[in-house]
Amino acid sequence: MRSFAYSRAADPADALDAFRRDSAYLGGGTNLVDLMRLGVTAPDNLIDVTGATSGQVDERPGGGLLIGAAVRNADLAADRRVRERYPMLARAVLDGASGQVRNMATVAGNLLQRTRCPYFQDVGVACNKRSPGSGCQALAPGAETVNLAILGQSEACVATHPSDMAVALTALGATIHTCGPAASEDRRIPMPGLHRLPGASPERDTVLAPGELVTAVELPPPPPGRSTYRKVRERASFAFALVSVAAILEVAEGTVTSCRLALGGVAHAPWRCHRAEQALAGQPATAGSYARAAEAELAAARPLPGNEYKVTLARNLMPAVLEELSA
Amino acid sequence: MTGPGQPRETEVTLAVNGQSRTVRVDNRTSLLDLLRERLGLTGTKKGCDHGQCGACTVLIGGRRANACLALTVAHEGAEITTVEGLAGKAGRLHPLQEAFVRYDALQCGYCTPGQLCSAVAMLGEGGPSAVTDDLTSEPALTPGEIRERMSGNLCRCGTYPNIVRAIDATVTP
Repeated sequence: MRSFAYSRAADPADALDAFRRDSAYLGGGTNLVDLMRLGVTAPDNLIDVTGATSGQVDERPGGGLLIGAAVRNADLAADRRVRERYPMLARAVLDGASGQVRNMATVAGNLLQRTRCPYFQDVGVACNKRSPGSGCQALAPGAETVNLAILGQSEACVATHPSDMAVALTALGATIHTCGPAASEDRRIPMPGLHRLPGASPERDTVLAPGELVTAVELPPPPPGRSTYRKVRERASFAFALVSVAAILEVAEGTVTSCRLALGGVAHAPWRCHRAEQALAGQPATAGSYARAAEAELAAARPLPGNEYKVTLARNLMPAVLEELSA
Repeated sequence: MTGPGQPRETEVTLAVNGQSRTVRVDNRTSLLDLLRERLGLTGTKKGCDHGQCGACTVLIGGRRANACLALTVAHEGAEITTVEGLAGKAGRLHPLQEAFVRYDALQCGYCTPGQLCSAVAMLGEGGPSAVTDDLTSEPALTPGEIRERMSGNLCRCGTYPNIVRAIDATVTP
């Protein structure tokens, strides 16, 4: 690991002030410290922001919540208001990582964690995300593609975003609060919208500018209807999603009145299912409607050799979750 | 306030098993390496060094954490408990340690310090887990709940059934 300077920021302005070239913000460190050890990233200056933003969950008018960027994942999932009003979010957080990691990891760090693409993490091979212009080993013949993208990928990058929490926030339409790079430039970024598709610049995971600091995540008032998060993985616990679904469904008199769906494990960003949502609006709340909605979304899927199973998995998972919610 | 000439070492004071320790560390030093290499507390084990196995689990402020992913420099003033600190005064084993012995919950023993620290903290956590049906409930610690909550601790010998029995016996003696 390259040596680095360390400082602790007392507030966002302090963090922005300390940010210079080759800097990184440190949250719980569960991903960043590992990437530094692997040599994937080598900041010269670490700015600890765990004390720079709120570690509290606060009430917002209308029943929404404002989650401080430094709230630990375990505390978010244990918060009674989150469990009662946003069960999908609590379940997504509990489905991620392990008890130890959830105690350490922060909300902002969870959003900004990097892909677990094996070629991104292996400094011995080509990767456009780690080293722009070097190529994409994941597209080489015989590459291990099991965990890679089926939607929205580019010729430069086929990585997936690993967060479960971000998938739930995408379905919920959360808003990300940021600050900087100049302290006057506060932004509100709606989800989906924080994470980007790779295009020709996969080195950029998000729309954040260098030094821009996530300060909070705002949840709108709880949506009507029922919601849940279901994650499919290779073992029963402590594994990343192969495919996951966050779903909010409202049914009145047998008809879908509103629906919001997002997929995890399938793309460079949490994948909001606009096509499926449109296909479902006003339709009878039946298995047939749900299957057609899944088909509408997955018509755009372009699986890689070796991860075709994800299309089948998503096609089966989406209707299964919707049936559970309308049962 | 920052610049290329900024120091790469920091003096840190933290409490380890109730004892205040002040050390000057290279900023890269993980809490795990501090415990093992500087403080001689080799009970905490280095398994994967990537946060994937749980062998390095310690308590930081009473909460379980992977010491391999924790930078010492980020833990000024923290209270750390390692497996060496679980036993009571006069060397009396923690009830979970006694249960691990009674239920034969280890084979090679390498993951055991992490399993013990993880289980001690887990028993105090409460709230739902990924296998809890009703997220608004305070679920009983069934064997299924114990397995899910202990999933951050791997055991290559496969002693999981007896680890769950040992923890279960501590929950419902």
